[in-house]
Amino acid sequence: MAEKKISLEQVRHVARLARLEMSADDEARLQADMSSILAYVEKLNELDTTDVPPTAQVGEAGTPIRDDAVTNHPAPEEMLANAPARQGGFFKVPRIIE
Amino acid sequence: MTSELNKLSVSEARDMLRKREVSSREITRACLDRIAEVEPRLSAFITVSEREALEQADAADRRLGSGDAPAMCGIPIALKDIYCTRGVRTTCASKILENFVPPFDATVIAKLRAEGAVFLGKTNMDEFAMGSSTENSAFGPTRNPYDLERVAGGSSGGSAAAVAADECLASLGTDTGGSIREPASFCGVVGIKPTYSRVSRYGVIAYASSLDQVGPFAKTVRDAAILLRALAGVDSHDSTCSARPVPDYEKALTGDVKGLRIGVPKEYFVEGMEREVKIAVRAALKHYESLGARLVDISLPHTPYAIGCYYLVATAEASANLARYDGVRYGFRAESENTDELYNRSRAKGFGAEVKRRIMLGTFALSAGYYDAYYLKAQKVRTLIRRDFERAFTNCDVIVVPVAPATAFRLGEKTADPLTMYLSDIFTISVNLAGLPGMSIPCGYDGDGLPIGMQMIGPAFSEETIFRTGDAYERSRAQAKRPTKV
Repeated sequence: MAEKKISLEQVRHVARLARLEMSADDEARLQADMSSILAYVEKLNELDTTDVPPTAQVGEAGTPIRDDAVTNHPAPEEMLANAPARQGGFFKVPRIIE
Repeated sequence: MTSELNKLSVSEARDMLRKREVSSREITRACLDRIAEVEPRLSAFITVSEREALEQADAADRRLGSGDAPAMCGIPIALKDIYCTRGVRTTCASKILENFVPPFDATVIAKLRAEGAVFLGKTNMDEFAMGSSTENSAFGPTRNPYDLERVAGGSSGGSAAAVAADECLASLGTDTGGSIREPASFCGVVGIKPTYSRVSRYGVIAYASSLDQVGPFAKTVRDAAILLRALAGVDSHDSTCSARPVPDYEKALTGDVKGLRIGVPKEYFVEGMEREVKIAVRAALKHYESLGARLVDISLPHTPYAIGCYYLVATAEASANLARYDGVRYGFRAESENTDELYNRSRAKGFGAEVKRRIMLGTFALSAGYYDAYYLKAQKVRTLIRRDFERAFTNCDVIVVPVAPATAFRLGEKTADPLTMYLSDIFTISVNLAGLPGMSIPCGYDGDGLPIGMQMIGPAFSEETIFRTGDAYERSRAQAKRPTKV
């Protein structure tokens, strides 16, 4: 097995950032998968990109502007129809403050 | 005749509907019967909306009777389950959206609805469009109509298989790294990823927003041209959407490619490719020469870096896009005592393995201390890949290459190692990074009878050239479509 590009502690840290609960098995498997993918993407380091600007977006330049006018209409029942839990006109979640 | 109506092309059906030689209900019924016959073996659909489809067909027939009939009026099509459809469940092939019923239509769905199109149902895909085989679906894999033990390609595998198996006249997919072109190639149908920004993505569940693009699957190049015209155009709900006028793409289908300069990049005919794929695409190139086109040797030197670049850019964007699935307002919610558990457990149980892998990779690439080394580096390499194409298109009008290094692989063959699966996108992924249009059309079969696809790539907004190039081949050389085995 090749050297691991990412430690188990790093996997746990990233899982916390990504809001993903993980078992020890999950962590070990992701460590292996991420290590092999990261080893592969290191191929990019063969390229000298010192003076190359980054590309974030490939669309046409500029952001279209429109009047700041309301075009939709509130439909609370439709918006709440997919709620996993609701109470009256609210989305319901577990208690936040003890 | 009636039993074969599901085999019609969009252009044939359009002309027959307008002459009132057939009704939309008859064509829709034929498609629904075909769906009922083959779905137990094929699994191209997640949801079939029979009642709604027949109502839409009847409405289309009334409209056709009054003489007001846009191109797509009465045409039954299938939709990748990534398009929000008002009142019809939209899952993105994920457990996390298993019961999600959108309260609105995606812009392209609203456009097609306004034209009177008939929606047969929602097709299977890799979960959140992450995959190349449709095996990453919470609803099980779609099978290839030419060999049920093989994959249909992905991520839009259901949409490709449904067209190949004549369950519908055409369908919609999305393409972030090859998700229209690769399944089109594996299933022997036409599929085009238009220029980035040509089609609105509003209401299309997001994977990687700087790469995602909407496009059609069809039985012919002409049909793809008809569909793209209906889909394309500016949308105030998608600020990335181009305001350029939409051409009548069908008018570009002249059959004439005399003087067309076709670029052939050496990096796309490499070792490790299936021999029969290389032979089929080379033969097609020779045929273009016989039609008066000129072949030009070109180089796209950064091709070997495209997959590494993509898996950093796409996963970074995905990690941000998929942050919205938190179990609060819609989607799956796991049992939980507090909000931390609610988020972490709903996401852990709601997402499949590949989706979690990509969220993790993307989160890592964007995290403090790693951003410059991974994400920023990938964005810079993306610039180099774009420049490759810019340089190439000073010497040619269109590039013709294989779609994939091999024909459809076996179910389970590439699921164990994510990297092996990623590598099947080697010939399609650069096109997304550069924001260019690319189309896959069938160009033969291998020794096992599996379809081979060739890809035409053009400069931004050159869809007319791409359609003309594909159509010229199709009308002069395309082999008859072989019957599927489903």
